[in-house]
Amino acid sequence: MKEGVISPGGIGFDINCGMRLVKTDLTIKEVQPKIKDLIDEFFKTVPAGVGCKGFVKLNNSLFEEIMQSGSKWCVENGYGWKKDLERTEDYGTLKGADLQKVSQKARSRGINQLGTLGSGNHYLEVQVAHAEDIFDVETAKKMGIIEKNQVLVMLHCGSRGFGHQIATDYLKLFDKVMPQYNIKIPDRELSCAPFQSQEGQDYYAAMKCAGNMAYANRQVILHRIREGFGRVFKQDPEKLGLDLIYDCTHNLAREHKITVDGKKKKVLVHLKGATTSVGLGHERLTKLYKNIGSPIIIGGSMETGSYLLKGTKKAEEDTFGTTAHGSGRAMSRTQAKKSVRGENLQKSMEKKGIYVRGVSMSGLAEEAGFAYKEIDTVVGSLKKSGISEPIIKLRPIGNVKG
Amino acid sequence: MGNYRFLEHTADVMFEVNGKSLKEIFENAALATFEVQVDLKKVKRKVKKKIKLKNKDIGLLLFEFLEELIYLKDAKYLVFSKFKVSIKENLLGKRSQKGEFKLEANAEGEKIDPKRHELKTDVKAPTFHNFFLKKIKNNWKARVLLDI
Repeated sequence: MKEGVISPGGIGFDINCGMRLVKTDLTIKEVQPKIKDLIDEFFKTVPAGVGCKGFVKLNNSLFEEIMQSGSKWCVENGYGWKKDLERTEDYGTLKGADLQKVSQKARSRGINQLGTLGSGNHYLEVQVAHAEDIFDVETAKKMGIIEKNQVLVMLHCGSRGFGHQIATDYLKLFDKVMPQYNIKIPDRELSCAPFQSQEGQDYYAAMKCAGNMAYANRQVILHRIREGFGRVFKQDPEKLGLDLIYDCTHNLAREHKITVDGKKKKVLVHLKGATTSVGLGHERLTKLYKNIGSPIIIGGSMETGSYLLKGTKKAEEDTFGTTAHGSGRAMSRTQAKKSVRGENLQKSMEKKGIYVRGVSMSGLAEEAGFAYKEIDTVVGSLKKSGISEPIIKLRPIGNVKG
Repeated sequence: MGNYRFLEHTADVMFEVNGKSLKEIFENAALATFEVQVDLKKVKRKVKKKIKLKNKDIGLLLFEFLEELIYLKDAKYLVFSKFKVSIKENLLGKRSQKGEFKLEANAEGEKIDPKRHELKTDVKAPTFHNFFLKKIKNNWKARVLLDI
């Protein structure tokens, strides 16, 4: 970390984009008849798409609190349960966020976006853990997945325009100052500055503001998910067992201890489309998961399914304590749109038992299952390399697409 | 609509613009950036937004122009379907300003209306990956990868 660099492009524009997985005590039998009501409810109450306004109205000082404390603010202000925090990476708060390092432009882009899903590959999905898809029964049980064919909800989103602007601001700054530090890189998008430089430290502190906004964004959406289930099933969300299983990021930089030649060394790991994977006992784990390892949520396409996995010691040794974050695209968006129309895809998915609503029909076509790599193969290679262990495969029954 | 071409890219959106002048390049790059996000034909020209920028690096000027438009989309909920751009190179004046490119643009559009506009995919930012703006013989050419 003394000689290293920090790079906004190496973290991604959507700072602290991440995944959240919520369990319910309901089974597919109970949810399937009401899936349309549920998805329509989420489509209505969780704003998505280009230029959507968030459902949490903020003034400047509240927004500043969120930049500094993330999920903690939400739980203290009625958007969640206290126990959600120990089920969130970093307990939902990145320490060391500095408001002074955030531009006015970033603030104006972000202030109205708390409680928005976004667009592109961001989604809210209702899924089922079929009995035959549970590979690690014991760990699944510890996480509250006990019933046969239990229903879960997965969420994928980040820090919205706020994070995008912070990344852009610092990308431009690093592009400008890089020659002063004599740094040469093959791709300008990976512009960077020494981690210990003023610019490097400023970006790190601004990145944390966006990171906290993203944790808060996923936390307030979780609140909406609970309210939605409560309304549709006419029950108290607590009685429906809507516990958060985990929230993990895949676009962030974090200080991490690794062993090089037998010596412990602190490094700055850039996670861009990479999820933390650490084995049991690791210091990064929140108390709840100390004896399990880090939960890892890997999103597939909206047609094929996703996975919950756990971290391993092998990943700590081989891959700086990281693993994959999604199945990844195999086909360009233009190609996908040429291959299928959104309306047709929506109908064919419904026939397969997946009810999907999207803000944009062309956006929906871009996310078709065939445009993605086969999730089972991706997860298979993670298992084979020993950097994560599958717990459950989750299959979609309903999806709200940004 | 405009004179631009989308290129194949697995995860994001990449486009190329060709033009006889910088004005054409900037106007078409702006149109391409909004075509990704909305059906341009459905965006009425109700609001006019003036944008003034300057930079000694013409490529960075294009980058900042697109960045400003994306900012207006999120902060002011505006989408645009018509751009008039003028770019002047400062050849005289103080040494510090010499060689500076000045951009003045009028972006015309309206507030986002999800019911009427056919909204597509949100653009997060322009990127520097494979980014260029250069003159080839008598023509200008630019390539932009948008993060979406």
